[in-house]
Amino acid sequence: MNTQPVTISFDGRPLAAAAGQSVGAALASQGITAWRSTRKGGKPRGLFCGIGVCFDCLVTVDGEPNQRACLVEACDGMEVEGS
Amino acid sequence: MSTVVTVDVAVVGAGPAGLAAAVAATETGARVAVVDAGNQPGGQFWRHAPETGNPGTADVQPHGHHGWSTYLDLRARFDAARSAGRITYLPGLQVWMAQHSGDAFVLRTTAAVASSGATPATVAADRLVLCPGGYDRQLPIPGWDLPGVMAAGGIQAFIKANGVLPGKRFVIAGTGPFLLPVAAGIAEAGGKVLAVLESSSPSAWLPHLRAAAGVPGKALEGMAYAAVFARHRIPYRTRNIVTEILGTDRAEGVRTARVDAAGRVRPGTARTYADVDVVGFGWGFTPQLELPVSLGVETRLDADGSLVGIVDERQQSSVPGLYLAGEVTGVGGATLAVLEGLAAGAAAARPESDVPVKQPAAIARHRRFAQAMHHAHPVPAAWQDWLSPDTTVCRCEEVTAGEITEARDQLGARDIRSLKSFTRAGMGWCQGRVCGFASACLSAGPGQMPDAGSLASSAKRPLAAPVGIGELAAQDG
Amino acid sequence: MTHGSDVLVIGAGVIGAATAYFAARQGLSVTVLDKGLPASGTSSACEGNILVSDKELGPELELTRYSLGVWHHDLEEHKKLWEFDSKGGIIVASRESSLASLHRVMAVQKSYGVDVEELDQSALRDAEPHISPEALGGASYREDCQVQPMLVAAHLVRLATEAGARFIADCPVSGFLGSGPDGGRVTGVRTPRGDFPAGAVVNCTGTWAGELAAMAGVEVPVLPRRGFVIVTEPLPAMIRHKVYAAEYIDNVGSSDAGLQASPVVEGTPAGSILIGSSRERVGFDRTVSTAALGLLARNATALFPFLKDVKAIRHYHGFRPYCPDHLPVIGHDDRAPGLWHAAGHEGAGIGLSAGTGKLLAQALAGLTPDMDLSPFAPARFSAPGKHTPVHREEATA
Repeated sequence: MNTQPVTISFDGRPLAAAAGQSVGAALASQGITAWRSTRKGGKPRGLFCGIGVCFDCLVTVDGEPNQRACLVEACDGMEVEGS
Repeated sequence: MSTVVTVDVAVVGAGPAGLAAAVAATETGARVAVVDAGNQPGGQFWRHAPETGNPGTADVQPHGHHGWSTYLDLRARFDAARSAGRITYLPGLQVWMAQHSGDAFVLRTTAAVASSGATPATVAADRLVLCPGGYDRQLPIPGWDLPGVMAAGGIQAFIKANGVLPGKRFVIAGTGPFLLPVAAGIAEAGGKVLAVLESSSPSAWLPHLRAAAGVPGKALEGMAYAAVFARHRIPYRTRNIVTEILGTDRAEGVRTARVDAAGRVRPGTARTYADVDVVGFGWGFTPQLELPVSLGVETRLDADGSLVGIVDERQQSSVPGLYLAGEVTGVGGATLAVLEGLAAGAAAARPESDVPVKQPAAIARHRRFAQAMHHAHPVPAAWQDWLSPDTTVCRCEEVTAGEITEARDQLGARDIRSLKSFTRAGMGWCQGRVCGFASACLSAGPGQMPDAGSLASSAKRPLAAPVGIGELAAQDG
Repeated sequence: MTHGSDVLVIGAGVIGAATAYFAARQGLSVTVLDKGLPASGTSSACEGNILVSDKELGPELELTRYSLGVWHHDLEEHKKLWEFDSKGGIIVASRESSLASLHRVMAVQKSYGVDVEELDQSALRDAEPHISPEALGGASYREDCQVQPMLVAAHLVRLATEAGARFIADCPVSGFLGSGPDGGRVTGVRTPRGDFPAGAVVNCTGTWAGELAAMAGVEVPVLPRRGFVIVTEPLPAMIRHKVYAAEYIDNVGSSDAGLQASPVVEGTPAGSILIGSSRERVGFDRTVSTAALGLLARNATALFPFLKDVKAIRHYHGFRPYCPDHLPVIGHDDRAPGLWHAAGHEGAGIGLSAGTGKLLAQALAGLTPDMDLSPFAPARFSAPGKHTPVHREEATA
């Protein structure tokens, strides 16, 4: 496993991650389990299927909205925002 | 227009079936292109930590990988063919549309991750081998939309790719032998598995043992898990289900109950597990059928209730030149997927010749074993009884069980197509990939399982992946 | 069955559902048959438009405005059931020539009483902040509305049954009772589930109407015209109205069988944006056309540039039932007594369904309809040369 540490930001706060780790994994391993609210019910959502099928874990990455956190690999300086 | 890659054989997927198909096709003399959503070969089954900047990682067996030596062998042959220019490898791309015009198959692709830098290409091929695999089949359970609830396979993928755990204290539930490696993988990675809840019963295996006996490797696998379970003191509770996930804005515990053979909850058996932060569910697998269905492949219902593509002994579908391998022909695991992939790749490379199928007896044996597993681990007939009217069924569009049964009973939504129209279940981001099976059951009625037509309707996804309007605008023919 | 219904409606799309609803409310005994489930044809593959803005002056506009009244009054109490949305429509011109055409059309429409307001460049930007900077101006149509068409059909069938009608799904019609090769009065229908005698049989089968009419020995030239619609990912509200381009006005009277597309872009309550809508005469071909998708996408991004970075998650297509003169067929078929038709509404069937159903129900009950139905007479196609208006193409599904 690659353990080379990188720093990403989540909603403006710095977050330690390992290079190549998925953004979802970086968030979950810091105890962040939800980063999005549903449109209708405002319910919290995070990882579910973990393999890019369910689109529950959507985040904005470097300004690009609706990216699947389980697929995006974290890299140094990446800006991640929930919605 | 994106660049066009023209080859003899295109392969979609680089998991066990896709890798095997690509290797077999190229070694039979074909020029091959492989399109895969992943950034590196392996698929879900052989998912591993990113190789970039880590030469040699592929040689180290990560946690919980079976058949790793098979992977290393296929990977070496795949890499050799790439180096020799006989395989064009297109990672990080999803096919958003597959077309069959005249004699050629055309695949249109888009980057799976916008920031990945993967450049979409169009692939044109004389023959096509589809190996898109599958994902955990899900049933809606009260509270399953809380953060902390995950697909069992999602937990496994998380561990394989990231080497860390998504939480500390786990309950794994559902049905099928796959729950065992998931729980074992968690325990081996340092997580606490409070229980594995299997809705079926081991005694259900007994009538099918004859079929299973022909595949000794599987039995060995089972014993290895038994040892891990014993070492980590993981309770394996059969005829048990999670009836509710507890928590307000995240999973905090689960309520469980014993069930009878049909899956009906036995009164007075409720039990609560507190202090749980991850709940994993899997009810078998759903093969990814949208590409085969969009190309007009004939389908059937498999023993596990999944829609699968019909193939002949050379893995060719009802569409000439279109071959299927792996879970899309029937959920059967990685060993079978490799065998099917080898057969499909060789046949696609030389469609005119009667290349004998490699190891036909082994394929037949693994299919029998898979059928036995399906019969031993059915989706409980009474699962709809577990729902309450406010249980979310469609996670994307937040459609509840109550809304679905109302549309069925009041508006006559007795098929999945009507149900989608009336309630928006399956109309959101995932296009019914997660709720499709459950919605099809609900539209069919209490205690019912969907027929092939309903599942085929559910699998009709005219866009096989989200694609940018700007990318569509570049399409001119 | 031994005794028949007053009215037997074939087809449970919006037209059949509205006809059944209003016929049942007239006190007639009604049976509705569908070969599948409610709204499984064109009603489930369109955009749910109730548009005034794009209508040809004459009987079509008259029927549209009548129908709009029915939606707002007779069906007022049920609006929420089918997500009735008075969102309004905006036509946008991005070329001087099309702006001039648009102004001419507006002037005529105003003289017919259409509620249309000119939007200059800044008023247009106020109304639609994300519109292309190229847009020169537009016209606002406050009367344009939208519904969820599948819910309309399903609820109207349900409400009809609550008013006494009977609905039978999965019941395809295989022939007519009473009518033979020599003609004779149509007295019901044959189905694999038995015969259904009726005083009047109403053909509400959309694109299949011609096929059905042929079984009774009459010609009703309803043909399919394919349209694709792209659906985007759910987004916060970015587009407030139904927005479409004026450029099609430059091509009035085009009868090209090839691919055409006028951009029609709108938001939905679910957050997705719908991008329509192409027109092709390709029969019932269901092959997905990347050319059509590409053209729709290019047109839509020209109107709303932000769309190029938005993702499509799905597309669908449907077949508009159209007649050569672009007018629907509504009324009794004098060539086959006992047989009535309500079909061929092309891209306007959802909007026209309420009015069509109410007018037909009045006629079926022996009353004088609120509006003269003779321009829509089924027999008009038997008298060639009598009716040759020049109609412009429908803009939308």
